[in-house]
Amino acid sequence: MYTFTAQRWNRSRTRSLLKGLAFISPWLVGFAAFVLYPIAASAYYSLTRYDVLRAPRFIGLENYIELFTKDEIFRTVLSNTVYLVVLGVPAGLVVAFLLASLLNRKMKARPLFRTIFFLPVLVPAVASAEVWRWVYNTNYGVINAMVKSWGLPVIPFISSMQLAKPSLILIHMWTQGTAIIIFLAALQDVPRSLKDAARVDGANALQRFWHVTIPICTPAILFVTLTGMIGMFQYFTLGWLLTQGGPNEATEFFSLYLYRNAFQYFKMGYASALAWILFVIILIFTLLIFRSSARWVYYAGES
Amino acid sequence: MQRAEAKPSRSSWELSHSQSMLFKTVQRTLFYVLMVGLALIFAGPLLWMLSTSLKTDPQVYHVPPIWIPNPVRLVNYPEALSSRPFGAYTFNTVRYALTAVAGALISNTLVAYGFSRIRWPGRDLFFIICLSTMMIPFQVRMIPLYITFKNLDWLNSYLPLVVPTFFAVNAYYTFLLRQFFLTIPSELSDAARVDGCAELGILLRIILPLAKPALAVIGLLQFMFAWDNYIGPLIYLNTESLYPIALGLQQFRTMFQEALMWPYMMAASTAAIAPVIIIFFFVQRTFVEGISITGLKG
Repeated sequence: MYTFTAQRWNRSRTRSLLKGLAFISPWLVGFAAFVLYPIAASAYYSLTRYDVLRAPRFIGLENYIELFTKDEIFRTVLSNTVYLVVLGVPAGLVVAFLLASLLNRKMKARPLFRTIFFLPVLVPAVASAEVWRWVYNTNYGVINAMVKSWGLPVIPFISSMQLAKPSLILIHMWTQGTAIIIFLAALQDVPRSLKDAARVDGANALQRFWHVTIPICTPAILFVTLTGMIGMFQYFTLGWLLTQGGPNEATEFFSLYLYRNAFQYFKMGYASALAWILFVIILIFTLLIFRSSARWVYYAGES
Repeated sequence: MQRAEAKPSRSSWELSHSQSMLFKTVQRTLFYVLMVGLALIFAGPLLWMLSTSLKTDPQVYHVPPIWIPNPVRLVNYPEALSSRPFGAYTFNTVRYALTAVAGALISNTLVAYGFSRIRWPGRDLFFIICLSTMMIPFQVRMIPLYITFKNLDWLNSYLPLVVPTFFAVNAYYTFLLRQFFLTIPSELSDAARVDGCAELGILLRIILPLAKPALAVIGLLQFMFAWDNYIGPLIYLNTESLYPIALGLQQFRTMFQEALMWPYMMAASTAAIAPVIIIFFFVQRTFVEGISITGLKG
């Protein structure tokens, strides 16, 4: 076997292969131990009944069947999560892009403004949960205290079934710092000459923004959409701390329900099945976005 | 005659000129009003937190809300923080974050170098596999990892949180660093190779000094991740003396929220946020510069 490879591959090729493998060896080990094995194990667990204390017992597709046919909470969880992704990701994207475009104009104190818009990203989710719990407080939170002093009805925010999800999306729109910086970098790459050419052709500011600026930034928009979507499907900490899935399961998202099943009910098999469904959903969304990107993403390198 | 003709035309030019100047000034002013308004909205929740953390009780429950506390009650901070082992939480978090940063920097530097600065058969295939792991939600790996760490007897320690960082598990960091390494001209490495420099020497002496902004980005991202990480410690740790700030803040909450001690809660939150913001201010320029040149755009 060894002589065979040695003959077919010349020695420098083998040496460069070994060199490459040596450099990526930390990842090879990490990939095998912390990615590949866990994926395989969780695929197996999803076909079992497993409470950690006793060995997993193989039950075939029962977990999946139960999820899709009997589990009513799962249906709510699914629609809550899709709601969050479909409304939250675009909302965050629009806020980030508009703020980045504003920051891209000539202005005084730009670093100060940039820092202020970036700051919320630095706030740990746990602290963010406490701050917003207090901001959203129905009696003395800053918004409702103002609303009350104007004689208007109080806004129930996270304690209302209708407003709980939008309230969480509002917090998401507040934490767009990373996307803002990515967009800002992309906006600085929009060639002046293109904008000037459009101006000469009689395009107004809005048309230049829509037909020149946005198309050039589509690769960045794709990147932010994809990472944002993948992250949003795994939304956990704020939902867990701020609303605990309530009121009435209005904010019971995928990861919350999964965590509950795994670490509160110790249904590891059931939770693994949930994890795999989440994985497949993310794969489908990624594929759809990638597929569609051929139509709306502009790459300067291509003619 | 000529003068009379020239005069109105000049003044009309002046008028339109001053009009357009006025228009520009109005536009500028509106722009700054918009920017300041947006900045206030974005800073609002944090200012509200800071303001509450310095209030006396009657000010907290005042309608309409008070923004600038008077009198200022600074003693909220020592009173709140001493009610729980906040020092221990901070120490645990800093130790965890710094170890994780070291792990991410060391492992990702090596791996990204292998994925960008040397040619070898199969490199692109491995890189695609590496990238595709970004799509795998943590939840898929969470349960088997928990069980493995339980069997290794690593639960209730920081090993499950720290050890994986030394194996470049976060493909996002690898990707960022690789993109940056690709922007460094290959002539630099070739010259060093001709001089008989080994690959590790090239990495340490040529690539690393040039990659400081990218390393700062990854360092800060990993630091923020560790400071922020809630679900990891929640799963693996169950002794309060081991808690990082993320879990510790919850201990404050169960204590203070029942008694409606908002100033204490906000003081503890401010204390949890402040270190990250201070660090960010020091590395801000490198960080922004780094994200812009890492080719994140594509």
